[in-house]
Amino acid sequence: MSELNHALEHPTYNYKVVRQFAIMTVVWGIVGMLVGVLIAAQLAWPALNTELQYLHFGRLRPLHTNAVIFAFGGSALFATSYYIVQRTCQARLISDKLAAFTFWGWQLVIVSAAITLPLGLTTSKEYAELEWPIDILIAVVWVSYALVFFGTIMKRKTPHIYVANWFLGAFIIAVAVLHIINSMAIPVSMTKSYSAYAGTVDAMVQWWYGHNAVGFFLTAGFLGMMYYFVPKQAGRPVYSYRLSIVHFWALVAVYIWAGPHHLHYTALPDWAQSLGMVMSIILLAPSWGGMINGMMTLSGAWDKLRTDPILRFLVVSLSFYGMSTFEGPMMSIRTVNALSHYTDWTIGHVHSGALGWVAMISIGAIYHLIPILFGKERMYSISLINAHFWMSTIGTVLYIASMWVNGIMQGLMWRAYNQDGTLTYTFVESVAASYPGYVVRVIGGAIFFSGMLLMAYNIFMTTRKDVQPQPAPAAVGAV
Amino acid sequence: MADFWSLWIILLTIVSFLLIIWILFANRTRDQGTTEETTGHNYDGIEEYDNPLPAWWFYMFVITIVWGVGYLIAYPGMGNFPGLLGWTQIGQYEERVAAADAEFGAMRRSYLTQSVEEIADDPAVRKMGMRMFGNNCAQCHGADAKGSFGFPNLTDDDWIYGGDAASIKATLVNGRRAAMPAWLAVLGEDGIAATTEYVLSLNGDAVDADLAGEGKQSFTTYCAACHGADGKGNQALGAPNLTNGIWLYGGTREQIAHTLRAGRNGQMPAFSETLSEDKIHILSAYVYGLNK
Repeated sequence: MSELNHALEHPTYNYKVVRQFAIMTVVWGIVGMLVGVLIAAQLAWPALNTELQYLHFGRLRPLHTNAVIFAFGGSALFATSYYIVQRTCQARLISDKLAAFTFWGWQLVIVSAAITLPLGLTTSKEYAELEWPIDILIAVVWVSYALVFFGTIMKRKTPHIYVANWFLGAFIIAVAVLHIINSMAIPVSMTKSYSAYAGTVDAMVQWWYGHNAVGFFLTAGFLGMMYYFVPKQAGRPVYSYRLSIVHFWALVAVYIWAGPHHLHYTALPDWAQSLGMVMSIILLAPSWGGMINGMMTLSGAWDKLRTDPILRFLVVSLSFYGMSTFEGPMMSIRTVNALSHYTDWTIGHVHSGALGWVAMISIGAIYHLIPILFGKERMYSISLINAHFWMSTIGTVLYIASMWVNGIMQGLMWRAYNQDGTLTYTFVESVAASYPGYVVRVIGGAIFFSGMLLMAYNIFMTTRKDVQPQPAPAAVGAV
Repeated sequence: MADFWSLWIILLTIVSFLLIIWILFANRTRDQGTTEETTGHNYDGIEEYDNPLPAWWFYMFVITIVWGVGYLIAYPGMGNFPGLLGWTQIGQYEERVAAADAEFGAMRRSYLTQSVEEIADDPAVRKMGMRMFGNNCAQCHGADAKGSFGFPNLTDDDWIYGGDAASIKATLVNGRRAAMPAWLAVLGEDGIAATTEYVLSLNGDAVDADLAGEGKQSFTTYCAACHGADGKGNQALGAPNLTNGIWLYGGTREQIAHTLRAGRNGQMPAFSETLSEDKIHILSAYVYGLNK
């Protein structure tokens, strides 16, 4: 209740753009995850790749990754960063028009992706598949985003800049640099271009981009989100200011080196592989700094986890964050990578970050935001949030556990050899053995996806003027 | 790598390490007790404690940095400095290949003293051959070696390039490149239709006799050179037998017409670059034995 009053005391904030991005977060989450469930099903049952070329796995896979990372995750970051920067700087966004431009521009990027990728128009660079006209639009929108964000920081009424904004600022700057450098290309037509880089250099630039998309888009950006919503939802001070200083600077300084671990045992020179690996290991402590600061913020407020499913989303997302940022450095070790590379373990690792960390913290943040943005006391149904929490957790666990099993099994099958020196298994035998894991993945993904539908319903009911929130169930903590 | 870039990498790495170490130690406090004092900042109601860095976390950070420094001394990483252990990925690869060769090479090479025909029935050879086939050949010819559209069946008696041991081995070593020319420009659609009819008649299919008669003309002129006047093919040229009902690219009227119109360019890769001679020898014996 105090939250609501507090918000209404500042009618000068631009909540419109936050509201728009918050709603689109849910919409694109549903779309992106639905495509994810479909392509997971195509891997389990290849007959689902029908005659219709637009719905083939190869066309839809980049659509899935772009939709969940840039449409769902991107919208969540826009929504929360615009909200956080205004609230923690006590200043309205410097330009409503520019903010509106970033919203409509970003939606145009997403719609263009949703049209061109199924048509087969792609640069073939992973997580950077969009062709050059869309890349230019992204760059323009992103620079506008930077202007709005940093402009608002410039005219803040607080003496200091809150830690959440450091992370969000680093995310915005780094993504601009990464996107522009990696997307350099020579166009030959409106729908076709060739990378400005060749061979191994192209691979290295691509994974410098690819890994830092994880580091700055999916880590730094969402840590910014975490630094606002965790202390806010828990009602507790942040655990350690100095820890946030150390892990922020260490994180941004070390992450940028880590990309070459995607290219172990390739044409990339040995020295680059080693440096990437060393920096990835050193990255463990800076990554965990954020988890510690979030988790320890709850000390003295752990009891709230029993009654507040939004806080559960935030805290469990931090657990998944801690787990995947341990797993990542481990997988970057050359000898571990020799087993894990090219297997489903990698996909499992990505999704423990994507579902467990990125999606769950975004979902928690959106549940926190929606009542405030729509002037309601709280979400329509707390029980539905709780149900959503369990669906997300179970879905994520099923997904990553099945991919661990599959990945380690594939890695071991591929290297097993007989007493006569021949390989024990053919590749296709490892595919056949992966079938049960693929089915479990479809189930896990479908459960996670269904949770998003509950969320959409809950938000729809919350925003309706004629509907009162359901009474908060007392038993929520006992579930 | 040029010395300049090597130094650049070394410098950048050292500066990064120093910065991390500095930021870590500059923020360390001796006092490890937790604090109830906040920094005094207040952002939208959020305050901050200034607790010391958790000791376990601090030491974990230090250990990874020390380990990193050690690794960069032992392994390549600092520009052109090769590392004290002299490790390279090529070196590691060659070491593993040599180790595998030491373990299995002599056993495999012992089969080279015998001919392909002689070892084709050897159970150990068949077992090794099957596993090698599964990982090198099955992708096209199928796990059961029965082939599929565009990839010949290796279990029947119909051989495009010859089914004797020497021919099979030659196919594996050097690969094969088929070149059925496209005839549309020469024959025109009418000529294609007529020739198709004739080719069908060679297999005893029911055909339009007049049209087939017309087609025989062009067959004799253009096709017989490779496929023979009787259409029974020529293994020396890799020209398939057109009279036995076995079709690499399908035997329907439309499929044959398409082959005539556009030509075919089948390709069997050469395995001499991929597999050692002894492996090819064993694989040849396996394939040779498939239809025995």
